[in-house]
Amino acid sequence: MKRALLLLRRRIISSIPVLLIVVIFTFFLLESASGDAVDAYLGSIGGGDAALIKSLRESYGLDQSVFSRLWLYLSSLVRLDLGWSVAFNRPVRDLIAERLPNTLLLMGSATALSFGLGSALGIVAGAKPGSLRDRLLSIGSLIIYAIPSFWLGLVLSILFSVKLRWLPIAGIETIASGKSGLPQVLDVAEHLVLPVGALAFIYLALFLRVMRSGMAEAWKLDFVLFARAKGLSRSRIVLRHVARNALLPLVTMLGLQSAAMLGGSVVIESVFAIPGFGRLAQEAVNGRDAPLLMGIIVTSAVLVICVNFVVDLVYAVLDPRIGASEGRA
Amino acid sequence: MTIADISRRGLLKGTALLLGTTALSRIALAQDVPAGGRLIVAADSEPKNLNPAIVASNGVFFIASKVIEPLAEASYEGSDGLAPRLATSWEGSADGLSVTFKLRDNATWHDGKPFTSADVAFSALNVWKPLQNLGRLVFANLQAVDTPDDHTAIFRFSKPTPFQLIRNALPAVTSVVPKHIFEGTDIAKNPANNTLVGTGPFKFAEYKPGEYYRLTRNENYWKKGEPKLNEIVYRVLPDRESAGAALEAEEIHLAAFSAVPLADLDRISKVDGIKVISKGYEALTYQLVVEINHRRKELSDLRVRQAIAHAIDKKFVVDTIFLGYATESTGPVPKNSKEFYTADVANYNFDVKAANELLDQGGYTKGSDGNRFQLKLRPAPYFNETRQFGDYLRQALAAVGIDAVIVNADAAAHQKAVYTDHDFDIAVGPPVFRGDPAISTTILVQSGTPDGVPFSNQGGYVSAELDKIIAQAAVTVDTAARTDLYYKFQQLVVAELPLINVAEWGFITVARDTVLNVSDNPRWAVSNWGDTALQS
Repeated sequence: MKRALLLLRRRIISSIPVLLIVVIFTFFLLESASGDAVDAYLGSIGGGDAALIKSLRESYGLDQSVFSRLWLYLSSLVRLDLGWSVAFNRPVRDLIAERLPNTLLLMGSATALSFGLGSALGIVAGAKPGSLRDRLLSIGSLIIYAIPSFWLGLVLSILFSVKLRWLPIAGIETIASGKSGLPQVLDVAEHLVLPVGALAFIYLALFLRVMRSGMAEAWKLDFVLFARAKGLSRSRIVLRHVARNALLPLVTMLGLQSAAMLGGSVVIESVFAIPGFGRLAQEAVNGRDAPLLMGIIVTSAVLVICVNFVVDLVYAVLDPRIGASEGRA
Repeated sequence: MTIADISRRGLLKGTALLLGTTALSRIALAQDVPAGGRLIVAADSEPKNLNPAIVASNGVFFIASKVIEPLAEASYEGSDGLAPRLATSWEGSADGLSVTFKLRDNATWHDGKPFTSADVAFSALNVWKPLQNLGRLVFANLQAVDTPDDHTAIFRFSKPTPFQLIRNALPAVTSVVPKHIFEGTDIAKNPANNTLVGTGPFKFAEYKPGEYYRLTRNENYWKKGEPKLNEIVYRVLPDRESAGAALEAEEIHLAAFSAVPLADLDRISKVDGIKVISKGYEALTYQLVVEINHRRKELSDLRVRQAIAHAIDKKFVVDTIFLGYATESTGPVPKNSKEFYTADVANYNFDVKAANELLDQGGYTKGSDGNRFQLKLRPAPYFNETRQFGDYLRQALAAVGIDAVIVNADAAAHQKAVYTDHDFDIAVGPPVFRGDPAISTTILVQSGTPDGVPFSNQGGYVSAELDKIIAQAAVTVDTAARTDLYYKFQQLVVAELPLINVAEWGFITVARDTVLNVSDNPRWAVSNWGDTALQS
């Protein structure tokens, strides 16, 4: 436990400069895009006159220089104030607090499903490399991996929502239903089936392939040969020796994929009309909403750092040699 | 000839026409429709300011017009194309210095306070004139609003202001907000801008960001027997493909503003229980316009502009890009505006040979690669159709030896490039005609607009004659004389081609058969939906 806390402290300290660089980089990246929040807004309301435009720029502080705006933003960030969203006319913190849970739910479920099912199928495939079922699973996973998630999402919703009417077509829960407690949980779960399925399907293939190849490697290692020579049962060798070893790269990938999935959820959130983080980011870019986009990026960066921290802890449990040195440092 | 006739002429495909007449027969049933029910509607955006008195735009009206009402609404049958709302009558003085409104005496705000002329005076002087994107122009010369009694408001102008303009602007710019809620606050930042209190048939109940807006029935609505519905829920569906699917899955009843892409209409019109309606947008006509940067030497030559006009096959654009759901333009005033429209303008028929000859005459000879010169073409990103027309225009210009290079950008970048930086040679824009040429049409060709004003003359076109007509029309009180000036305006614009009008279009509503009284006025999607009902 103490080791974990030390590791956490080290992580927090080392991530501050990373976050700062991310914020400054994003700020200038958005600054380099042509047009500002007022341009985006005017397009959406069908225009206005010069005096109105000027007063809008003043009220958003867009008439100030780039550096004074960056300084203002950074100094408010230090006070943990994420600022005011121009596109939504609300505090960034509220927007993020509203949207993040939906995305975490979506990503968490999809990750759990794809990791669980993917590694299980990977074990099945890797238990006997080169066998018929290994080949079928490998080819199947390649095909799945090649499918774009938005297309899969649309196909699933046409099949299960429009044609069969088994599942709701969009949203995170039945709108204005007034449900609470268990019925609400079930309602949300029902709404999550299709988007989680669409998102998990793609990553499932990835986890399957990594697990499978990790196992194929492990079969050749000396300790596996030794285990076989000892005459251990095949299932014991597969699960205790081969699979456990092959799980390590999978856990590493889990950390990396958490960031990628944040990106993948943009499309799924849009197709299934889920008010999540990805869609919020897209709207922030379209609205040239610098404070909001930066709030999203800072939160995402913190999220990824947290996930990677958890992954390291899991890693340390799986392979005690790893965490030990970091804890001492 | 009614407005509806004109709009439908040559504009609809057979199936849509049939379905349109079904909608008409529904209107006849307006008296005995069932009451109650929750109407679920697709919304593709969430306006950051929902107050229509501050932001006069269709995205805001779509939701807010059910809660907050204007003085008058557009109508197919009413005189001057208007139906009373909060005002029961309106009359302009002969000198153009005042307009008298008689107001409804039985309207109350949703919080129970009575609606009076003080609310109108407050809205006009403190909101429409100083804050609203369109009202700033229409009410620029509004000096005072007299309120001799609770139900009379007299608008006083410092300079003669055409009553015709005020009248035509009523539906879009006169949303009345309650004085008792906004007075003494920073109006632009008042939270009430997003939790509306109005006089309309529906009360604002709830907004769940990213998910829905919910409006509930106003039991004390001034019009007896309305509203018919208990609730309207606007469901936020940002993805266009999913709006059509949601209609099919019966998760929503209605999608307005062409939320279902044109390409899907043919298929969805064949689905049982779904109708496609192109009526109800006549007063919200969008125009497909080629904006021209006159700073560019070649484009300042009238012959080049004429050649471009000849190179565009308007019929092809209407049939292929709009799939028939549009009509060819003849000039800067759309055919739907029967008050102002004139067909008596120059005609540039599709004629590649004539275009080539004009360019040859101008001395723009073809180089060894077959090109005369190169242009930077920026299609506006707002609609699929504006982008598709950009692709078409590139090909049409290639046929006459003009090499157009397309530069695509998102909304913010497009706005800045075209309207602030003038970094374009030709652009494709979708301006809206808002009932009167003075509101957002003359600005497209008038000289002297400051940089950065969107949907304006940022091509730097200057014509003293045109400016004179525009200025004259702005102060001509006599309706017939003013209309006449706008005829001249159209003729001059088409002769000189400061911009090229290609097509004009309204949107499409797709609804389940169970929704009654759809599209019964020319601004239906942004009107109050008091008589809209659901068949149980």
